Amino acid sequence: MSSSDGAFSRWRHSEGAQGLILVSPTFLYALLLLAAPLATIVAISFWTQDYLVMIREFTLANYIRAWTEPLFQTLMLRSVVIAVIVTAATVLLAFPIAYYVSFNVRPERKALWIFLITIPFWTSYLLRVFLWKVILGYNGVLNSGLLGLGLIDEPLTFILYNANAVVITLAHAWAPFAILPIFVALEKIDRALLEAGQDLGESRFTTFLRVTLPLAMPGVVAATLIVFIPTIGDYVTPKLVGGPDGAMISNMIQLQFMKLNNGPLGAALAISGMIIVTAISLIFLWLNRRYLKVRQ
Amino acid sequence: MTRQLIELDRVEKNYGEVRALTGVSAEIREGEFFSLLGPSGCGKTTLLRTIAGFEDLSGGQLRIDGQDMRGVPANKRPTNMVFQSYAIFPHLSVGENVGFGLRRKGLGREAMAREVGQALDMVGLGGYETRASHALSGGQRQRVALARALVLKPRVLLLDEPLSALDKKLREQMQVELRKLQRQVGITFILVTHDQEEALIMSDRIAVMFDGGIAQLDSPQVLYRRPVSRRVAEFIGVMNFLDASVGGNGADGLEVDVAGLGRVALDPAQCPEGRSGTSTVVGLRPETMTILFDTSEKAARVAEGSVSEVVYFGDMTYYDVTLDGVAAPVTISMRNLPGRPVLDRGARARVGWDAGAMVLFR
Ligand SMILES: Nc1ncnc2c1ncn2[C@@H]1O[C@H](COP(=O)(O)OP(=O)(O)OP(=O)(O)O)[C@@H](O)[C@H]1O
Ligand SMILES: [Mg+2]
Repeated sequence: MSSSDGAFSRWRHSEGAQGLILVSPTFLYALLLLAAPLATIVAISFWTQDYLVMIREFTLANYIRAWTEPLFQTLMLRSVVIAVIVTAATVLLAFPIAYYVSFNVRPERKALWIFLITIPFWTSYLLRVFLWKVILGYNGVLNSGLLGLGLIDEPLTFILYNANAVVITLAHAWAPFAILPIFVALEKIDRALLEAGQDLGESRFTTFLRVTLPLAMPGVVAATLIVFIPTIGDYVTPKLVGGPDGAMISNMIQLQFMKLNNGPLGAALAISGMIIVTAISLIFLWLNRRYLKVRQ
Repeated sequence: MTRQLIELDRVEKNYGEVRALTGVSAEIREGEFFSLLGPSGCGKTTLLRTIAGFEDLSGGQLRIDGQDMRGVPANKRPTNMVFQSYAIFPHLSVGENVGFGLRRKGLGREAMAREVGQALDMVGLGGYETRASHALSGGQRQRVALARALVLKPRVLLLDEPLSALDKKLREQMQVELRKLQRQVGITFILVTHDQEEALIMSDRIAVMFDGGIAQLDSPQVLYRRPVSRRVAEFIGVMNFLDASVGGNGADGLEVDVAGLGRVALDPAQCPEGRSGTSTVVGLRPETMTILFDTSEKAARVAEGSVSEVVYFGDMTYYDVTLDGVAAPVTISMRNLPGRPVLDRGARARVGWDAGAMVLFR
């Protein structure tokens, strides 16, 4: 056996190599489906398109348009605002539910509750969005109900084909994703800590503020990011229930790529969106760094 | 002047069907080191949590400083607790942990820092203020929990098996330190433990609990010398039990015929459970019997037997001696004084004993 042979077979059996072999299918898959398209998008965003022909010359023109044209600014801002509202609403509504399941449900029932919370996910996302259309529509469940009860004289129109509808639909869609990490964080809290809080003179409520909430923050941060990051780029919901006033940046990106044959501008908008999401997420993480360091 | 600080009056606690406390009555004095001792599941923690205000009473009354505690929440009671798990807040530094309860007292920044510093000094953790709480050893966590409770100067400090998570050496060191600390601050301590030795070492008085009730409440010495029942006797230290039959009342007390030892007369103080029936047992502690190595040595009474087991401890030797005419051996402990021999297994032994150290049980 030659010496290089020996070295290779030794390497092949080392722990590092074993690990590499283990992750390589996943790694290749990720490379193919994530990194490669991303690299393409980044490249395209610096090019220009003339009808169907891609002109491969470096230019910043797409980014300049993406950041300066009022239409794009409005859409981008609206996407961020909607995502922030959806995230806030989702997390604020998810917290009491997670808290209830963690603190008030008997231990043997918790699994059942978590299971029930995930039930909406048994139907497809598209179907759920359509369902909201049925509920919120002009002749929808909500309006007929309220009309029938005599609470309103004519159907409410501010609940469909605008930003409100997008917020309602997305908040519902993401609720379980927010409930689960918060639930897990609450479950990890040693109940003796809450008794210690009260023993040291705090009421139940102030104990919640000084002990429970800070310790639940890792879950809240996770929930916030899980909801915020995909929401800002959501395409289906604004398309179906958003109407013209509820359109978001993804709808514009789709328009650029598919209808207006301006892939480079679409790519620049997409990359800009990613940069904004990353920046906001990093700032958010930085603001919460104190809670994320805690080891329970 | 000692006075009653905590009065427990037929305190009951039920968890559904489980009767965790079945009518506990006791009075705990101001400034004493009081222990709740008993086997697992006897209700020690429940009683402590009841005093702290974490559990409602199912019946009876609890008064602290003469005031009925019904409906008074934990945060309004003059008690503080050292939890078994220590319950150190993981998101706060050592200093913030100790200062947690001070925040409500409206102290200024400096006054607060000073109090925290003093409390940490007291438990031997001076200068640890900025340490992260997760970077502490078990013993240090225990000290932080202690400082956090003591800094509030409670009337009563409640400790739920605070030493059980520590290794033997540290536990023994902390037993002495805790006792010293209690004398120094003068606060009433109520300690829960299932370790009889720990209770004996640290306490002014001990309540021995079985099945949700107090079986005996006495000082360590009385508890050890005059246990009121066989169960208490078995739980505290080692005791030899010898079959006995009760005769009539003689001039010197109750006449009892003890297997292997002969007739004795016991005075009423030695019969805590009174007399009932004729066949009973008497208890004798290992150190109340001696092995007479020398024929010239004298003892109140002497019995004969043979050594069936020898356990050498360095400072002590424990002998199991089978007395003539008795099946079960008795354990006798002897100090290994200079010049004193250690008997071998199978050797004959003369055993000296004293009827005054006997206790008669039902
Ligand atoms: N929350 C509860 N719900 C139901 N039963 C309980 C509860 N807490 C305690 N018990 C029961 O009450 C009895 C006394 O429990 P407790 O915790 O006071 O025992 P302990 O003396 O502290 O035991 P250990 O030495 O094991 O800590 C036990 O039988 C226990 O199972
Ligand atoms: Mg206990």
